[in-house]
Amino acid sequence: MSTLTSNPTASDQKKRLVSSGALQQILAFASLIILVIFFSIASKNFLQWSNIEGILLSTTVIGILALGTTFVIITGGIDLSIGTGMTLTSVMTGVFIVFLGLPVILGIIGGIVTGALIGFISGFSVSILRIPPFIATLAMMMIAEGLSLVISGASPIYFSDVGGFNNIALGSIFPGSIPNAVLIFFLMVLIGWILLSKTIIGRYTFSIGSNEEATRLSGINVKKWKMIIYTIAGCFTGVAGVIMASRLNSAQPALGMGYELEAIAAVVIGGTSLSGGKGSLIGTMIGALIMSVLTNGLRIMSIPQEWQTVVIGFVILLAVYFDMLRKKDR
Amino acid sequence: MSRKILEMQNINKSFPGVRALSNAQLDLHRGEVLALIGENGAGKSTLMKILTGIYQKDDGSIIYDGKEISPVHTKDAQEIGINIIHQELNLMPDLTVAENIFIGREPRDKLNFFLKNKALNQQADKLFQKLNINLNPRTKISELTVAKQQMVEIAKALSFNAKILIMDEPTAALTDKEINTLFDIIHWLKNEGVAIIYISHRMEELKRISDRITVMRDGEYIATLPTETTEIRQVVSLMVGREVKIEQKISDPDAFTDTVLEAHNLHNNYIKNVSFHLKKGEILGFAGLVGAGRTEVARAIFGADPFSGEIKVNGVPVTIKQPVDAVQHGIGYLSEDRKRFGLMLEMTVKENIVISSLANYSTAAFVKPTNMKTDAENYSNKLKVKTPSVNQPVKLLSGGNQQKIVIAKWLLKDSDILIFDEPTRGIDVGAKQEIYDLLEMLANEGKSIIMISSELTEVLRLSDRIMVMNEGRITGELLNRDANQEKIMELATRHN
Repeated sequence: MSTLTSNPTASDQKKRLVSSGALQQILAFASLIILVIFFSIASKNFLQWSNIEGILLSTTVIGILALGTTFVIITGGIDLSIGTGMTLTSVMTGVFIVFLGLPVILGIIGGIVTGALIGFISGFSVSILRIPPFIATLAMMMIAEGLSLVISGASPIYFSDVGGFNNIALGSIFPGSIPNAVLIFFLMVLIGWILLSKTIIGRYTFSIGSNEEATRLSGINVKKWKMIIYTIAGCFTGVAGVIMASRLNSAQPALGMGYELEAIAAVVIGGTSLSGGKGSLIGTMIGALIMSVLTNGLRIMSIPQEWQTVVIGFVILLAVYFDMLRKKDR
Repeated sequence: MSRKILEMQNINKSFPGVRALSNAQLDLHRGEVLALIGENGAGKSTLMKILTGIYQKDDGSIIYDGKEISPVHTKDAQEIGINIIHQELNLMPDLTVAENIFIGREPRDKLNFFLKNKALNQQADKLFQKLNINLNPRTKISELTVAKQQMVEIAKALSFNAKILIMDEPTAALTDKEINTLFDIIHWLKNEGVAIIYISHRMEELKRISDRITVMRDGEYIATLPTETTEIRQVVSLMVGREVKIEQKISDPDAFTDTVLEAHNLHNNYIKNVSFHLKKGEILGFAGLVGAGRTEVARAIFGADPFSGEIKVNGVPVTIKQPVDAVQHGIGYLSEDRKRFGLMLEMTVKENIVISSLANYSTAAFVKPTNMKTDAENYSNKLKVKTPSVNQPVKLLSGGNQQKIVIAKWLLKDSDILIFDEPTRGIDVGAKQEIYDLLEMLANEGKSIIMISSELTEVLRLSDRIMVMNEGRITGELLNRDANQEKIMELATRHN
């Protein structure tokens, strides 16, 4: 029995390291390295720059969605609306730029604001109307899906006549190097990381997820902060939507369903606990990279796409299983 | 400066359908420990929640430090120096000690947006130095023992320059050693002039720590007595509104003949070579301090934890690897934490009672509801469960009645050996008596009972024989006629 004055023993300290959540991240990072090594041996093409660029590029959209939703998941919530929400922001960007003829920059801002609005409505439903996050965001998911189709007339909006729109994602501000989309992804990682670990928003995100009632009793306006957190996640959705539109040079109103689950998978693989209170954006970034390395590697090895999905399913099981083991260790 | 720091008068509070407080009152002096006691539902918590701004009073007045106040939020109360430490500690387990203490007022930059973590930890360190507490501000709460978590709560309260500190059942989860440390801190706080309202069900503690005792019953103020000149019995009878005798059972050891359960050298990480036997119709008490390994013995016998050693039921060696094996051999276990391990709170009384016996009511996986209801009603009546019907969700019942539902479950399953782990924890004094009567009735009917309890009066009153444990070992065995509190405590602290 430990007492009030006892000093931590060596085994206590070891336990602390294991339980600190660092383990899951180290594990995720190690898995990423192992995967990269495995695929480089399995296929000569894997480590070629064009392939790596492809992997990074394919990580961006899911990755940015996952970053935003990490905030929500750390509060103990879930956001199912990010997939179709992203679609709606793409479509709105198209509406602003193509239909209304607004300057590109205003279109981008409009897209991000649309995302923020979707997040805000979800946050409002969750905190003010007290609808469970799963249901509130499921409803939002369907609303966004429907609206995308209604607004676009169920057909894609093309940006072909908008000069340079494609370059937002695929161009490169440093010519010849990595595409902007990848840079934007890393920028979002940085912004998210600062928000989560250096600001009061981050502190309350963890606090709410760790013990919402205690946070409320500590005099914190939990409702307000939850709305802010969902809105931030919505901004990330907006950024993802703009990048998606730019990559495809079009807003595809039927795309997006299912992206939310891939993003949540990336968050979980990255070690964020679905029960709230624990998680990190670096973990989510690694989680998203693991998913795209897996998909890419398996494809290079000519494994059919159907099987790729099966493998990713098992990876999620494995990741959550390790998370459970970690909790049991307590 | 007047001696009184707080005066609450004629406080009324109603919830839909319930009058929680009627003309409740309370006064508190600077630097004293006032024990606030009453049965569950007496209105103590409601009164304290009004004082700390969690609830708002319907009418009445609160005079604090000479001024009328009416806090509408915990923050309002905290800022003027009124703090509460809830029984369920209100900490964020994934945040660090310092982050918890300064939540909502963490040091920030000029934008009021970025955190200054270094300053945060320094502030915490400074606070601990002042309070003479040994804590690392960077440790996560989930890595601390309950006692240390409580110190974090105390430090948090004092960081607001608390003038009043309310402690709700602060010792419920502490070991004796930790309780002593807590009491040292309380003494120190008193000397600093902090007034403490101390809520507890443990009468011996009140005697040790309090200066005055305020008794509440049914939402009303009953009396305030100076601790020094007051007998515990007097306080208890004020609480329950009737005389309560504290008694000790004397039974004839030869009355029990058939051995129903034998344990030989049970051993695992928590328990060391535990051997004992249980006879038919006997109540075998397990006494000891919190953490002595009593629950772990129960969990081993019930198959909840792996162990080595031998268990015989009715003289026949049995293999118990998981709870389902134990249940098949007629063993039932009533956990100390019934809400987590004993009940499906959202389900009805009926559903909870029959849950372990569903096989008796079903053919090919379809449940037949007819007999189920009658059986549930029979047991519910036999145990005098207070519920409008067996279709009532269990979460709406009181603690004592919930405990009865768990008992009914095992009776219906026809368990002959019942292990009760802290059967009266969180149950108020009146309902305790009913549980005691129930245990004796069961023993008289030929059930054999193992009862784990941390309350010595309870052990002495119910047990035919008493096993005492410390540090995972059995340190002694006493017949009830030879036992008294001192002997048990001596064995419970003996190091073998």
